[in-house]
Amino acid sequence: MTDTTSTAPSTPARQAAPVGRRPRRGVPPTRSWRDHPLRRITPWLFLLAPLALLITFTYVPVGNMIYYSFTDWDGVSPDRSVVGFDNYTQLFTRPELFRVFFVSFYYLAASAVQIVIALYFATVLSFDLRFRNFFKGILFFPYLINGVAIGFVFLYFFQDGGTLDSVLSWFGVGGDHAWLGDPESANTSLAGVSVWRFTGLNFVLFLGAIQSIPGELYEAAQLDGASRRQQFRHIIAPSIRPVLSLSVILAISGSLAVFEIPYIMTGGATGTSTFVIQTVKLAFQFNKTGLASACAVVLLLIILVITWIQRRLVPDDKVDLV
Amino acid sequence: MRKKPLSIALLAAATVTVAGCGGGGASTGEAATSPADPGKASGTITVLTNRTDLVQDGTMKKYAAEFRKTHPKVTVKFQGITDYEGEVKIRMNTENYGDVLLIPSVIAKGDYPKFFAPLGDTKDMAKTYRFTGKTDVRGKTYGIANFGTVNGLVYNKAVWKKAGITDWPTTPARFLDDLKQIKAKTGATPYYTNFKDGWPLSSPWTNSVGSVSCDVNASDALATSDKPWAEGSDLNVLDTLLHDIVHDRLSEKDPTTTNWETSKTDLAKGRIGSMLLGSWAVNQMRDAATKAGKDPDDIGFMPVPVQKDGTFCATMLSDYQLAVNTHSKNKSAARAWIDWFTEKSGFAAEEGGVSALTSISFPDVLKPYEDNDVKLIERSEAKTEQVNAIDNASEIGLAKQDYRQKLIDIARGAQKGSLQDYFDDLDKRWADAAATAGN
Repeated sequence: MTDTTSTAPSTPARQAAPVGRRPRRGVPPTRSWRDHPLRRITPWLFLLAPLALLITFTYVPVGNMIYYSFTDWDGVSPDRSVVGFDNYTQLFTRPELFRVFFVSFYYLAASAVQIVIALYFATVLSFDLRFRNFFKGILFFPYLINGVAIGFVFLYFFQDGGTLDSVLSWFGVGGDHAWLGDPESANTSLAGVSVWRFTGLNFVLFLGAIQSIPGELYEAAQLDGASRRQQFRHIIAPSIRPVLSLSVILAISGSLAVFEIPYIMTGGATGTSTFVIQTVKLAFQFNKTGLASACAVVLLLIILVITWIQRRLVPDDKVDLV
Repeated sequence: MRKKPLSIALLAAATVTVAGCGGGGASTGEAATSPADPGKASGTITVLTNRTDLVQDGTMKKYAAEFRKTHPKVTVKFQGITDYEGEVKIRMNTENYGDVLLIPSVIAKGDYPKFFAPLGDTKDMAKTYRFTGKTDVRGKTYGIANFGTVNGLVYNKAVWKKAGITDWPTTPARFLDDLKQIKAKTGATPYYTNFKDGWPLSSPWTNSVGSVSCDVNASDALATSDKPWAEGSDLNVLDTLLHDIVHDRLSEKDPTTTNWETSKTDLAKGRIGSMLLGSWAVNQMRDAATKAGKDPDDIGFMPVPVQKDGTFCATMLSDYQLAVNTHSKNKSAARAWIDWFTEKSGFAAEEGGVSALTSISFPDVLKPYEDNDVKLIERSEAKTEQVNAIDNASEIGLAKQDYRQKLIDIARGAQKGSLQDYFDDLDKRWADAAATAGN
């Protein structure tokens, strides 16, 4: 940022300054506002508001969280004592605290499905198609709904004799199943809800990337006799690679940090508890704010490491099609 | 180099922010005493409450208007908070948490003096008030109960009669038989767990600890027990009963999508036979019955189906406790509101609860208990602090839903394990925690 400041007061200021300082040919020094010392800090003044917000609402809370993770604070008492790495030792010596990560695999599998669906629809809808915008709207719509509302809607959907059961019964299938009743079907159902919810977001990202591909490429490919499948393989896929890898990173970190949908729909009962739900319960049910902060720090580190590894495996190359 | 002063300034700003947030401030320790002359008490007080329904429908405003007749200089404002526990806990990191509030259950009993103004010596308070033990810290009382509630089963008399049952079951086995009869003869869901909403699995069941052994010290005993789930103990009997109800398929078919609000109407309409709750629920069920066009007198209330030496015992516990913020500027006005609210407002009777005042006898809801000589026991709270410390350290959560949700999952086969294994595991966790916490 210092670089920006030193180069920012571009030509006029730089040239004006020496003139003011060393008056030549007896010309009296001309003082303009450009020479004023405050001028130098002007860019910082502009940055003050966003920096203050960033620091107050991002870095200070994170710093506090890291500090809490070294204490035995219960979240409300005015006293807290520093216990060093106790919380971290506890976290790593109690396997049951990490077992909940298995639930993330359901969501990880779901995000693979989600990316494939989104990619398929983004490709199809980027070509000229009847009711194209209508379908785009339909696909994006679930993402606009509040997560809490989705939780409640799907609670009725999965209810015994609810929407899903009655729809299935029209086709003469089952029609009487406690979807959230046992861990496996509960986690699958919940992961299904998250696919329903987030496909729209991936879809829009992919659609944006695909539409930025110049149209001549398709024309040229068509002239060469490339099929739709070949166009996807050789034009679309390589050009949306950065967005694709971003989606994968978001999907992985998202699957590790699932919270809203299972918390609202099942409260983590019947084996649907995720790492974040467990953390929230440690902090707010058992008043172990220190341990919960340590969990949060560990989750943050895990996600950072995974992202780093992924960036190393799939470096962010410049896409150059032409 | 120019970067430095600025980053220092930002750092300083950040530090100020941290300090601003972290400042708990020392408590003043000043007692909240009743004003000598109600007409002279003055100020504006903010009352935090979990009863958003009463704030919205204007009931609280009516109470405040009534209060103003005797305390003309006091203005009362209400803040209804939906997620009471969660929100107030965070607000209690500052000094701004109203003048009168309900003590959140997360506050450790030993910390009460840091947050609340003492209301008087427990010796004296106990003469006029019930449940003072719950907020007694070193001889001072810090909260007065909103009202007390008696635990028991809310049931639909018409359904039970239709199944041919007229007497209250006296043992868990008889209760299970009765539920089977109900299932066979009426088609109603004999018992409703309210698994999804969760709290009906936590407080009503844990609050019933003491009704099995008929022991005033049942809860305190947990502080020194290594095996709270040992054969024959309160928790063992109660949790086994819940397990058996679910295991014998006498509860709702899909517990994961239950709904408390609809369960009220379902019980009123005779689709549900019974639910374990507190006496406060009876009036709500009767309202639901009236709304559904059914006879509100069909809603009955019976004790937990266990007898000790031929008598039923039912625990009587305090609801939330009203306390005065130790940082409040209008302590005496705040105290005046608490006094008036418990003594004159009629709130307790309205809610079907037992008044905190020893001078007021039991509400109508408890008439059947009195007629059948059910012994009411007010549990001792002397060791609550230790019990809660062990409970939190063990991460079992006696007053939380999770462990009983798992119990139900085991009972209906959604999770592996047997009841005995689960009890052994709970006992072990409790014993381990007791070794490190609470002493």
